[in-house]
Amino acid sequence: MTTTVPTNKAVKQRGIEATRARQAVWLLIPTMIAIILVAGYPLYRTIFFSLFEANLTSPDQKTFLGLGNFWFTTDEGVALGFLQDPKWWGAVTNTLLFTVVSVFLETVFGMIIALVVNSAFPGRAFLRTAMLVPWAIPTVVSAQMWSYMYNDSFGLIGRGLLGGTALLANPSTSIWAMIAVDVWKTTSFMALLILAGLQSLPSDMYEAADMDGASKGRQFWQMTLPLLRPALLVALVFRSLDALRVFDIMSVMVGNVSAARLSMTAYARQALIDNQLLGMGSAVSIAIFIIIMVIVVVYVTAFRVKFD
Amino acid sequence: MYLKRTNPTLYYLQRVGFYALVVVITLYLLIPFLWAVLTSFRKAGDLFLQPLAFATAPSTLGNYIDVFANPNFRLGLLYSLITAVGAVAIALLFGSFAAYALGRFKFRGKSAVLYIVLAVSVFPQIAVLGGLYTLINSLGLYNTPSGLILAYLIFTIPFTVWVLTSFVRDLPGELEEAALVDGASPLQTLFLVLFPVMMPALVTTGLLAFINAWNEYLFALTFTSTRRTVPVVIANYSGATQFDQPWGQIMAASIVVTIPLIILVLVFQRNIVSGLTAGAVKG
Repeated sequence: MTTTVPTNKAVKQRGIEATRARQAVWLLIPTMIAIILVAGYPLYRTIFFSLFEANLTSPDQKTFLGLGNFWFTTDEGVALGFLQDPKWWGAVTNTLLFTVVSVFLETVFGMIIALVVNSAFPGRAFLRTAMLVPWAIPTVVSAQMWSYMYNDSFGLIGRGLLGGTALLANPSTSIWAMIAVDVWKTTSFMALLILAGLQSLPSDMYEAADMDGASKGRQFWQMTLPLLRPALLVALVFRSLDALRVFDIMSVMVGNVSAARLSMTAYARQALIDNQLLGMGSAVSIAIFIIIMVIVVVYVTAFRVKFD
Repeated sequence: MYLKRTNPTLYYLQRVGFYALVVVITLYLLIPFLWAVLTSFRKAGDLFLQPLAFATAPSTLGNYIDVFANPNFRLGLLYSLITAVGAVAIALLFGSFAAYALGRFKFRGKSAVLYIVLAVSVFPQIAVLGGLYTLINSLGLYNTPSGLILAYLIFTIPFTVWVLTSFVRDLPGELEEAALVDGASPLQTLFLVLFPVMMPALVTTGLLAFINAWNEYLFALTFTSTRRTVPVVIANYSGATQFDQPWGQIMAASIVVTIPLIILVLVFQRNIVSGLTAGAVKG
């Protein structure tokens, strides 16, 4: 008799688990529908249209091009694929420059600010609050604030520091001016993440290191940095992905036409929306998608980033 | 501390250096914003003044009055509010269902769902821009707040699902077991038992998602033509002529849009930091 009891229980347990699994599916349905509707289906459409020549206003009248949007030379030798467009490669170079420099500076400044805020001093609470201000300001607003500061006849920087130089008018200086905006805006985000990491480090380890007479610099390089590595890497991945899809700073500060030379996203948007080239724009979007996915995979495998 | 006795000069030099760094950091973080605030209170004619004269020039509320007299700006605030609140409400509702399932139930394909959610949150928005544009157009939602709400789900839903799942997973299991024994359905359990405990997480997640939706620019610029949200209005703010940039008004509009966010962020400071680290570090 006693042996039947556990079997019954197991059957019942399995029954409960099956019910729970069914219930879980129901709970997930709204989210899955939303994701398919706003991500899955549009992505499929983008991939689909990247193979066609089509106009945004009449997407149904389309001609199949294969990979012609990417690479296509007419009989007269006119290069039509976007991969043959030097403007595209300019946008790629500038976006990569923007990403590498701004994420690097944000990490260094973020680390400095986090270390300062992590040490005890009067006014620390104030600085911690001040850190949140640039992060809370909408990107478009910070872009306008900095455009004003860069302005050659009114701005603190453009007129005050540089004596009337229009930084944004010149493509070779405007990219650096916009890197400065991105660094100002997101350094605090980096600092917040690093600070959270710093505060989870065990303090007794530092006491032991102090006792052993290890210098602060040595403690930083040999204890703090290695221990922060996981948190730092995840922050780096997400900051890099954000920087790679930069659009608003450039669109607001130099206008959509100049932005298309500086940012991959702006280049794609110009083709897609301003020039109404649904097929070409989709092809560019897919290229950006691939570039970003490759970078994610490289990051995740090279640094063994874990998301759990 | 030992340094104070053994080498007081070096100690005080270090202290001075440290405080100099604190001052530099504070100025760096705050000056652009404070300068924008100052400009928003200055008359257009005073913008030409040298910084010191500019700072001490008489203040005026004129820019704020002009900004609120601008119908585009007023409507922009309304549309921004509708879209951000709508997108966040849907995301919190759907997201908490999904988070409950992912955090508390065992079923096949769970990690696949988690990876899909994570993948969508690293999606470049541009990759779906064309597809979403044609979808929104064919649904007749172009230039409507509903169209933007739909589009914003692409970033609000993965974010809320991810943050809430990590929160639900950490909840004590007894709560839910008691409800199960009493014969409550999953929805009853979620709404009556878990929601009250999840309140802080819901508020934080909702707030962060709201900030993202409030700030969104690419979709808002592309999927609307006249019913602009406030970031698009600010980006295209123009004066009487094409060459006249009304900086005072632009700064006033910028401050109006930013102040609610800064107040929210300061009030919920602690939650925000924990929500950001959960959201960013875990996905």
